[in-house]
Amino acid sequence: MAKRIDVKDLDIFYGDFKAVEGVTMSVEPRSVTAFIGPSGCGKSTVLRTLNRMHEVIPGGRVEGKVLLDDQDLYAPTVDPVAVRRTVGMVFQRPNPFPTMSIKDNVAAGLKLNGVRNAKILDEVVERSLRGANLWNEVKDRLNKPGAGLSGGQQQRLCIARAIAVEPQVLLMDEPCSALDPISTLAIEELVHALKDRFTVVIVTHNMQQAARVSDRTAFFNLKATGQPGHLVEIDDTQTIFSNPTVSATEDYISGRFG
Amino acid sequence: MSSTGASVADETPSPGGRDPLSGDGAATGRLGDRIFAGATVGAGLLVVVVVVLVGIFLLAQALPALRVDQASFFTSTQWHTGSTLAFGIAGLLWATVATSIVALLVAVPFSVAIALFLTQYAPRWLSRPAAGLIDLLAAVPSIVYGLWGGYIVAGKWAPIQDGVSTVLGWIPLFAKVDGITGGSTLFFVGLVLAVMILPIITALSREIFDQTPTTHKEGAYALGATKWEMIRTAVLPFGKAGVISASMLGLGRALGETIAVMMILSGLPQGAPWTWSLFNGGATFASKIASDASEFSGGLSTGAYIAAGLVLFVLTFVVNAIARVIIDRRKAFTE
Repeated sequence: MAKRIDVKDLDIFYGDFKAVEGVTMSVEPRSVTAFIGPSGCGKSTVLRTLNRMHEVIPGGRVEGKVLLDDQDLYAPTVDPVAVRRTVGMVFQRPNPFPTMSIKDNVAAGLKLNGVRNAKILDEVVERSLRGANLWNEVKDRLNKPGAGLSGGQQQRLCIARAIAVEPQVLLMDEPCSALDPISTLAIEELVHALKDRFTVVIVTHNMQQAARVSDRTAFFNLKATGQPGHLVEIDDTQTIFSNPTVSATEDYISGRFG
Repeated sequence: MSSTGASVADETPSPGGRDPLSGDGAATGRLGDRIFAGATVGAGLLVVVVVVLVGIFLLAQALPALRVDQASFFTSTQWHTGSTLAFGIAGLLWATVATSIVALLVAVPFSVAIALFLTQYAPRWLSRPAAGLIDLLAAVPSIVYGLWGGYIVAGKWAPIQDGVSTVLGWIPLFAKVDGITGGSTLFFVGLVLAVMILPIITALSREIFDQTPTTHKEGAYALGATKWEMIRTAVLPFGKAGVISASMLGLGRALGETIAVMMILSGLPQGAPWTWSLFNGGATFASKIASDASEFSGGLSTGAYIAAGLVLFVLTFVVNAIARVIIDRRKAFTE
């Protein structure tokens, strides 16, 4: 059920401002692809175009193609709501719905899809929480508010919420940047496990994290402030970190950037 | 900075020298600080004292009249303040609460809908000026609403109400009352009150909806929520307590509204018994006190009105206390 993504000549705009230009890349199914690059280079922006979250921001629009197994996500007949049910997302800051219990948080996506059967909901909640390595920690307090968990648990709750609707692709936008090292480790182990079932794309500021969790790495950069960001190169993570083609990549990875 | 470039930080603490950390009283003892602290404490206490004094005054003035009251104060609907005192607040309480509830039931859904439109649907060039306009509406004096309701809308409302009571008249709440025209009933007063409290509820709801964290909204969108589903999963739960407390503030205004109610609401028909009907006339606490104010002669009969005022005082107090409790509870779960 994991699908491949092909991005072709993608330009991304905020109103009249071109934020990212000319991205062409492929993401293999059942793999982890990391987006790295300096702040403001557009890596999160590119990520948000993969499930059409970019256009939630007023003035957000794209030109070009994003293909999910040959289906263009930006074709006029495609419903962005349906895209987001197929391509799930986890955000930088854990954002469980504060008024909902742990269980209701995980079941939220299913309920939006019209699933009302209590038995099915219970099964999916357990399966998703197990999938997010959170079940053992919360199984005795499923009806307590999700906001009462620690930051790392909340982020795993958000992952459980995202995988509960069985997406084809899971996008993660700096999922560990608000977490301590131990919670980060838990999420990274989870990412490893998730790629057996999902295509995972993860944005990270942490290059060690990219090296640890990803199969392929894409390096984004921008020529100057106010210029659009662009994809410098994408390759196997090992190649990017040991023998990158472009010198800018090597400068960034080795810390000689700027 | 001195001409030598030395600063306090350069001074090394030495026996007999000035320790940079030793208190010179600057932080806690300055005169200005003490005056300001005293002024704020005084202002705070003054409010409490005034409220308590008002309560005591009302109680003290009401008690003598209550002692000689020939009717049951809480359950009677009669109001005789002539040579024999026989008065009860049941009719006033019903009229006050019924008009306010009608106002809330009509105003809250509209307010929430308008606030959602302004914050979630309207483009920015429209939502900014529209929000300002709503804030302005909240400041329109109630006599304007009274004039508008009583002299412009009342006539148009009458046939609608007659139609409703023809169909639903078998329900006591909507029974037709002879001698009362459509434009002067409790229900119609409720509608005018709804228009009056709509701006304040809308303005507060709009503010709270606007504060919905983007992360909550995006969390809902990322699960494949439509706009309405996003509002239901993120915006409404976040704003719920705020809307409730805004409604309570509106309710407080409706309960105490005087002049518009007085202008519109007709009294009970001469000699007719009191009924539950919303299509009847009557008087609220505030309108009753205001309309009879010219006849106050001091003494016991005035005490009857003050007793009514005391009940209104307590009623608004309770409503505001409930609003406060809800606001505090909201704080607990957003942290």
